[in-house]
Amino acid sequence: MAQQIIAKIISQKEVKPGCFKMALLAPAIAKAACPGQFLHIRCGSSSDPLLRRPVSIHRIDKSSLEILYNVVGRGTEILSKKKPGGSVDIIGPLGNGFNIYENSGSVKMLVAGGMGVAPLLGLSEELKRHKTKSIVILGAKTKNHILCGKEFKKLGAEVYIATEDGSMGKKGLATDLAREIIHSKRYKWHEMCIYAAGPTGMIKTLCKLMEGCSLESQVSLEERMACGLGACLGCAVDTQAGYKRVCKDGPVFKLCDIICE
Amino acid sequence: MRINTKIKIGNIEMKNPVAVASGTFGYGDEFEGLTDIKSLGAIVTKTITLHARVGNKPPRVTETPAGMLNSIGLENPGVERFLKEKMPSLVKFKIPIIVSIAGESTEEYAEIAKRLDSVREIDGIEINISCPNIQTNELIAQNEILTAEVVKSVKSVTKKTVITKLSPNVTNIVSIAKAAESAGTDAISLINTITAMAVDIKTRESRLGNITGGLSGPAIKPIALHMVWKVYRSVGIPIIGMGGIMDWKDALEFILCGAKAVMVGTANFVNPDAAGEIITGIENYLKSARAQDISGLVGKLRV
Repeated sequence: MAQQIIAKIISQKEVKPGCFKMALLAPAIAKAACPGQFLHIRCGSSSDPLLRRPVSIHRIDKSSLEILYNVVGRGTEILSKKKPGGSVDIIGPLGNGFNIYENSGSVKMLVAGGMGVAPLLGLSEELKRHKTKSIVILGAKTKNHILCGKEFKKLGAEVYIATEDGSMGKKGLATDLAREIIHSKRYKWHEMCIYAAGPTGMIKTLCKLMEGCSLESQVSLEERMACGLGACLGCAVDTQAGYKRVCKDGPVFKLCDIICE
Repeated sequence: MRINTKIKIGNIEMKNPVAVASGTFGYGDEFEGLTDIKSLGAIVTKTITLHARVGNKPPRVTETPAGMLNSIGLENPGVERFLKEKMPSLVKFKIPIIVSIAGESTEEYAEIAKRLDSVREIDGIEINISCPNIQTNELIAQNEILTAEVVKSVKSVTKKTVITKLSPNVTNIVSIAKAAESAGTDAISLINTITAMAVDIKTRESRLGNITGGLSGPAIKPIALHMVWKVYRSVGIPIIGMGGIMDWKDALEFILCGAKAVMVGTANFVNPDAAGEIITGIENYLKSARAQDISGLVGKLRV
């Protein structure tokens, strides 16, 4: 069950320009959390900005959690100015995370577009604990935007990189690389399971890529939300079964359930 | 000194004057573990319609300075599924249950109210005639005659306490409030959200899928207070005030302006325990002010 706590900030570091990694002391939430879930964070203390910000859980430790976030607006800007030793009001763990138990014998391919990498590192760690190797595709605009490459490699993951400007790895999108790997004879593709997180465009491309393909695919979605608890119905996403709540029914959905138009 | 925070709205006995507003608390269970739901004065459910509604296309929420816009569009499972699937979990909190209802016609309001009237565990019905997120040219709450018609039709089929939720999107809130009172509503709740917009200049699109939405949060509190104050001086029935109440001080402002009870809405999203903290804050205020009874503060604005 989710809890609201004032978590102590253990560390805060700008890992790339505008991208921060924050570690929070939150034993009970860490114990209950699984990869793909999120925290609902109150960035400021006044009524402007008003709403909490949903942020993916990046890594889960015994008593602490890490988040990886970009400064995109005033809320995250306030969050980025907080210092170690300070505290932050969080609710978590929220939502449904990745399901790694289905197709347990399959090859796990993790596709991250930009900040989509945030929930996937924790997933890769969890897969390693289950002695399952991950194939990781990291896509970003330029080499300066590639995140967590070293961390994934440390976990023994096979890492492939795609940059839009070709400054690192293959020139193109993460989904281009995913297509190439799926169509190559390197893996038994029908045994493959795909986990993805990234911008809407990437999810749409992945939808097309997977059309008519029976691969098990799970995607983590983002949507603006108010309560984060499933009450306000603000974060609706269109699925085969009608509108679902990203906060409560997701943020992880089966790709085949999402309506990508 | 013993303090008394009990109040009565029609036949609804509330142990304190703080309820959670429709559409901001789901059906209760979403907030379990994050606040003591049993301590609330009452719970108002998300609005129920006769048939299920899918709601508006996303994005459905966006943030604005000191407020938020929503265009949910009354997504709900319909009255029968509500009674079957949501009522059991609501009942276990053992607090007054007020069911918010909306219809597409006077008859539909009456039909839903009639269905709810037979459910013993329901204490009150809030008639939502003021949701700005449904595709109609005019809200019922923007028209005195229609407001009175809906109130009369609901009152004629139920013995439960009827609360009419008014819209701030009107020229003269007092005339609408009076129309509802004359038609027999037991209480008035105000205000619903204010029709508003937000635009993304990069995409040149509205930030909401439905283009327009309803503004709530601290940004609307001064408007809501003014309307409560104006209506309080014009009607004799209880008023439930809401609009941007974030803490106990805000709640007391509404009570001093004439609200007998308050509803906490958007604050639930920011702090799931907001209503609980407001209840404690009001109790502490009464103690420190050496005031025995919350009712003694209603409408006591010094002018």
